[in-house]
Amino acid sequence: MVQTGARRAESDMGGNLSGIQTAMDLAKDQAEGAASAGPDPDGGPELANTERAVYISEGFPVGSLPALPFDQEAKASEETVGMAVFLDKLSERLAFERMGTRLYDALITKCETLGDDANGMSLAALQEIRDEEHRHFLLLNEAITQLGGDPTVQSPCADVTGVASLGIMQVLVDPRTTVTQCLNAILTAELTDNAGWEMLIDVADELGHSDLSERFAEALENEQKHLLNVQSWLSARVMAKV
Amino acid sequence: MSLDLFKEKGVELEKQQFTWRDMVQPPTSKLDDDAFTRVRIILMNGLESESIRFSHACARMNRDLQEPLAHIRRVEQHQQTMVNWLLPADLSPIETTIGFEQVAIEVTASVAEREPDEYMAQVYRFGLLEDFDHMYRFAALYDRMSGGDANNILQSYTDIMPGRPTSVEHRDPTDDLRDHYERDTAEPLTKLNALTIMAAENQTHDYYMTIGPMFADPVARQLYAEIASIEEQHTTQYESIIDAKETWLEKWMMHEAMEVYNYMGCSAYESNPRIKKIWDRMLDYELGHLHYVMELFKEVENRDPAELLPETLPEPIDFASHREFVRETLENEVDLRAAGPKFVGLEDEPERTLRYREQMNSEGSPSDAIAAGYQWMPGTELAAAKGAGGKGN
Repeated sequence: MVQTGARRAESDMGGNLSGIQTAMDLAKDQAEGAASAGPDPDGGPELANTERAVYISEGFPVGSLPALPFDQEAKASEETVGMAVFLDKLSERLAFERMGTRLYDALITKCETLGDDANGMSLAALQEIRDEEHRHFLLLNEAITQLGGDPTVQSPCADVTGVASLGIMQVLVDPRTTVTQCLNAILTAELTDNAGWEMLIDVADELGHSDLSERFAEALENEQKHLLNVQSWLSARVMAKV
Repeated sequence: MSLDLFKEKGVELEKQQFTWRDMVQPPTSKLDDDAFTRVRIILMNGLESESIRFSHACARMNRDLQEPLAHIRRVEQHQQTMVNWLLPADLSPIETTIGFEQVAIEVTASVAEREPDEYMAQVYRFGLLEDFDHMYRFAALYDRMSGGDANNILQSYTDIMPGRPTSVEHRDPTDDLRDHYERDTAEPLTKLNALTIMAAENQTHDYYMTIGPMFADPVARQLYAEIASIEEQHTTQYESIIDAKETWLEKWMMHEAMEVYNYMGCSAYESNPRIKKIWDRMLDYELGHLHYVMELFKEVENRDPAELLPETLPEPIDFASHREFVRETLENEVDLRAAGPKFVGLEDEPERTLRYREQMNSEGSPSDAIAAGYQWMPGTELAAAKGAGGKGN
């Protein structure tokens, strides 16, 4: 039996204690306590939202687009802005592929350690995806350099995508997470990656960089395979348990 | 840049006021602001944190001072918030860590270069080479765990390469204690330097102790455990160089002078006009605190503050890259070790420290594990065509 602590009754469920139904006596007190006191002050989320609006209205950006300071953006030519936006999206993809390489490194370590390569997911297949993520990162390095940009810049989109992806990385590097949980997190990354490459191809075409868009289309093809693989591995693992 | 401490009275304590919105300003930009703006924010957060830490310790030992301490401490609390909250939310804990180590390197280097007491300068250079190594280890973690490039934070001001290896920085506590300056004869700059670096290192320790458990990766958790332990050693080292015979009020007045000194430097160097205004406001507040404590010093100790305070403050910390100074120190002093308060060669390291270190590293060294074979390059080590660090290479 799971040890649940002295204050709990024998009849309590034990195990995961986060839900209110694991200890019904405590649950009753908990709900009664909150219900007996009214809100202070009255109102709703709009009060906090009004305060948030003050900061939103200040208009401070996360940062400037590559090679285009924020305060010059409004008066820059369409061409300059277009190129800066392109570099921003390239930088975003680059950062994502670089992080993606590390995500697969972490997954491979976990699968190797656990000897877990069930349901059609082989270590060789994971390694292949990892290497493709790395090649995509190198491709983006080249593309940015070819356009006269700096591949080491952390653009605003790269930065913000990094913030959004932080949780995915935390899932992958946590020794307690299962391979299935990791695949679920990677699925989020692969879905984003697919959409990201599609957008990059559109932007490259729009700006007349057909040579790049052709190379990006190959990368998208790889990413579509990654997505299908991850989806099928994940699904097989979940379905095997139900 | 000179500022007359006796004439400049700043803002009176009663007029030092905040609102929550005013305290929580829009943060700086991780991408657009100069790395030294972040260095100054991290440093001044550390100094404000020290002012509160000191104030509480003093209050616990001095019933009669509790009320004035409480009044000034309330303002310091809000100053620290205002300063620390200038860091943006997209600066992740590991990125903030890289910022902390940049502070430890560049600020300590400046202090070491200008310190008039040769023994104290040696103490700073000794600590500097250890923090320099931490930067390398954290950069490796950032690169290999999350694919991040530490230079996005450092902006090429600070080298990323091994220093005195973190794995050999672990010492018996006796070998972290140094000789202290003498309160009656030390130059004011020596006192200001010691307080500044002690405060910065103590805050670094506290920060790592707070964020260490936020990492999921067990090697990251071990690395923060290991480097936090060194920051604790550094705090021990730097508090030991301060003369313990100084009276509580003497220490309090020097704390306020140290804050004045550093806000003055921040203002002088700041490139972001919005942040410069904040430094100027904080400088005025600290001058107000200093004068308040000077009056108390006269009243309670019946002494003249001029016994301790210089009329004008020394040149501020140089918020700039100290690459050459650091490289030279590395070249000449990487093999220095500590034997009690003395600095000795490798062969003279005390047995007690060797035993302690062997015990701590007996199941492996996180700082070695994270950086094995690591060499920073622009865009991370994955930018090398072979993709070093990956399983398939």
